[in-house]
Amino acid sequence: MAEIIKLKDIYKHYRMGDHVVKAVDGINIDIEVGSFVAIMGPSGSGKSTSMNLVGSLDLASEGEIYLGGENIELFDESDLAQLRGKKIGFIFQQFNLIPNLTAKENIMLPMLFQNTDKEERGDRAEELLKLVELGDRGDHYPNQLSGGQQQRVAIARALANDPEVILADEPTGNLDTKTGGKMMDFLTKLNREGKTIIIVTHDADLAKNYAERIYRMVDGKIFSYEKKIKGKWKVQRQ
Amino acid sequence: MLGDYFVLALKNLRHRGIRSWLTMLGIFIGIAAVVSLITLGQGLRTAIEGQFGGLSVDTLTVQNKGAGFGPPGSTVIKKLNENDLKIIQEISGVDIVVPRLIRVASLEYNKISGFSFITDIPEGKEERNFVYDNLGLETEIGTLLNREDNKKIILGNNFLDTDDFDKEFVIGKNVKINGIEFEIIGILKPSSTFQLNGVIFMANGDLEDLLKIKGEYDLFIVKILEKDRIKEIGETIEDKLRRDRKEKIGEESFTVETPLQTLDSVNIILNIINLVVIGIASISLFVGGVGIANTMYTSVIERTKEIGIMKAVGARNSEIVKLFLIESGLLGLVGGIVGALIGIGGAFGVSILANQALGGNLFEVIISYPLIIAAIGFSFMVGIISGVLPALRASKLNVVEALRD
Repeated sequence: MAEIIKLKDIYKHYRMGDHVVKAVDGINIDIEVGSFVAIMGPSGSGKSTSMNLVGSLDLASEGEIYLGGENIELFDESDLAQLRGKKIGFIFQQFNLIPNLTAKENIMLPMLFQNTDKEERGDRAEELLKLVELGDRGDHYPNQLSGGQQQRVAIARALANDPEVILADEPTGNLDTKTGGKMMDFLTKLNREGKTIIIVTHDADLAKNYAERIYRMVDGKIFSYEKKIKGKWKVQRQ
Repeated sequence: MLGDYFVLALKNLRHRGIRSWLTMLGIFIGIAAVVSLITLGQGLRTAIEGQFGGLSVDTLTVQNKGAGFGPPGSTVIKKLNENDLKIIQEISGVDIVVPRLIRVASLEYNKISGFSFITDIPEGKEERNFVYDNLGLETEIGTLLNREDNKKIILGNNFLDTDDFDKEFVIGKNVKINGIEFEIIGILKPSSTFQLNGVIFMANGDLEDLLKIKGEYDLFIVKILEKDRIKEIGETIEDKLRRDRKEKIGEESFTVETPLQTLDSVNIILNIINLVVIGIASISLFVGGVGIANTMYTSVIERTKEIGIMKAVGARNSEIVKLFLIESGLLGLVGGIVGALIGIGGAFGVSILANQALGGNLFEVIISYPLIIAAIGFSFMVGIISGVLPALRASKLNVVEALRD
C-alpha cells in the first residue's frame, strides 16, 4: 500500500544552552493510505516532536519527510502551509479554535486559505456542522460551547478541506470518558470511509482499542512497531 | 477574498473594543486638527478674497505709519495734509484722490452715552459715489447722504439691533455726537467688511466742523486710470512723498498699499498658520502611528497561538501579513474618518461662535472634499505603514513554537 506520509531516518535535535537535546533520534515512520495509526509514548518520549514532523508543522534536522510523495524540505514555508492545509486536518488536544470567530467561521477558515469561494465555504461549513451534530450552533462562539462541542467543531474544521489525513493530538485528553468514546467512534467511522487517521497519545488502551498500528516511542526512538492482524497484535520491528 | 480578511480584521478590532479606540486617539487628534483648521482657514481666505475681489485692483491706500493699533490713520502722530494730497493728485495716471477721516467720537441717544467710530463721506459727487461703490454701501432703511445733507448721518447695520441705548435707532430721530445733534436719515445693510457695521457716516464738512480740523486727513484712497499701472504708480507716489519728506528708502513715515498687497499679507499669515497646523498634526499623526504599531505588536504577542493555528491549517505568510496590515490600516482609516468628522464639527462650532462674536459671516465653513479624502487616505497610509513591522513579525512566527504558546 502506498504511503501518504513517510519519515525516513529522521533526527530532530535542539540546542539548549550547552547541550543538545535529541528530541527525535533516528526514526522511521510510514503512514499508509487509509490506515489508523497511533504514535504512543510517555511525555518526553519525543512523540509531540514526531507529531509535528508527521504533520509537516516542523522540519527535521536530518532525514527526509514525504507528504503525498513530495519531499517537504523542498517547499518554502508558505507553500508547505498550503500543502499541509490541503492534505492534513489537525485536531489539537486544546481544540485550538479561534475565540473571535464563530463555530462556522472557524470551520470556514482552512478553506479561506485554500481560496475556496465564499459560498462554497459556507455550504461546506453548514454540511460539516450537521455531520458533527452541531447544525444549530454555527453562530456560537467557542466560549459558548461545551468541551465536547468544541472538539466537534475542531473535527469539522479538520475535515473542511476534505484532507486525506486526520492528525489528532490526544483526541480524548480534554474530554470525559463518554464524550471521548464518541470522539473515537467518529474517527473510526471516518477511517472506514477512507481517511487516514493518526492519533498521538500516551494512553495505551486508547491506542490498542482503536488503532491498527502503533509506534511506541521511548527517548526519541521507536521502541516498537506493532500491527493488528486479524484481531491480534504482532510486533513487526523493534 | 480580501473582503473576508476585512471581516476577520474587523472582528479582531471589535474584540479589542476600547483598546482599538484608544489606539486611534492620536489619529483622531491629528486629522481633526488638520481638517478643522484648514477648513476654517479656507473659509477665512475665501471670505477675505471675496471682500477684496469686489474691491477693484485699481485703488491704492496711502496713510502715515501709525503709533499703535486702531482704525487706519487714527493713531498716527503726523497727519496727512493738503500738500500730500496735491503731490498725489499731480501724478499722471491718478484718476481721483479721496481723502478720508476715521475717528472715534462720543454719542448720546435716549440720554445714554457711548462711543463709536465715525467717518466722512466726501462732498464732491464723483468722490462720494466712489466711496459708496468702494465700500459697497447700501441702505436697508432710509437713504444715503447727499450733497445738501448737512447735520445728517447714516448708521452702520449694528445700530439696528444694539440694546446699548434701550431704544431703537429710527429714521428721523436725533443723535448727539460730540454734543451736537444729527438726524438719522439711513441705516446700512450688513456689510461683509464687518468693521463698517459699527460706523457712523456724516458729510465731510460736518465732520471737519465737529472735530474742528481743516486740511487734515487720516488716509487717501487713490483711484488710478489703468489698473495695469498700479504697481508703477504706487512706486511713483512713494518716491514723490519720500522726496518731499526728505526720507531714506526703508525709513518712510508713510505706507502705500494696494489691496493685493494686503491680500498677500493675509495669505502669508494663513499659510504660516497652515504650516504650524500641519506641523502639529504631523507630530500627532506620527505619535498615532507609533500607537498603532505598539498595539499591533501587542496583538501579535497576544495572538501568537492564533497565528500558529492559522498557519497550521494552511495560512501562507502573505495571508498573515495581509490580515495584520488590514487591521492596522483599518485603525488608520477609522481614525481618519472619525477625526475628519470631529474636525468638520469643530470647524462649524468655531465658525458659529466667531460669527456670533464678530457679526456677519466672515468665518464661512467651506468643506473641501479633496482635503478630507486626502486626510483620510493619509491616515489609512499611516495605519498600513505602522502595521508593516508587526505584520512581518507575525508572519515569521514558527508554527510549532506559536502553537505551544
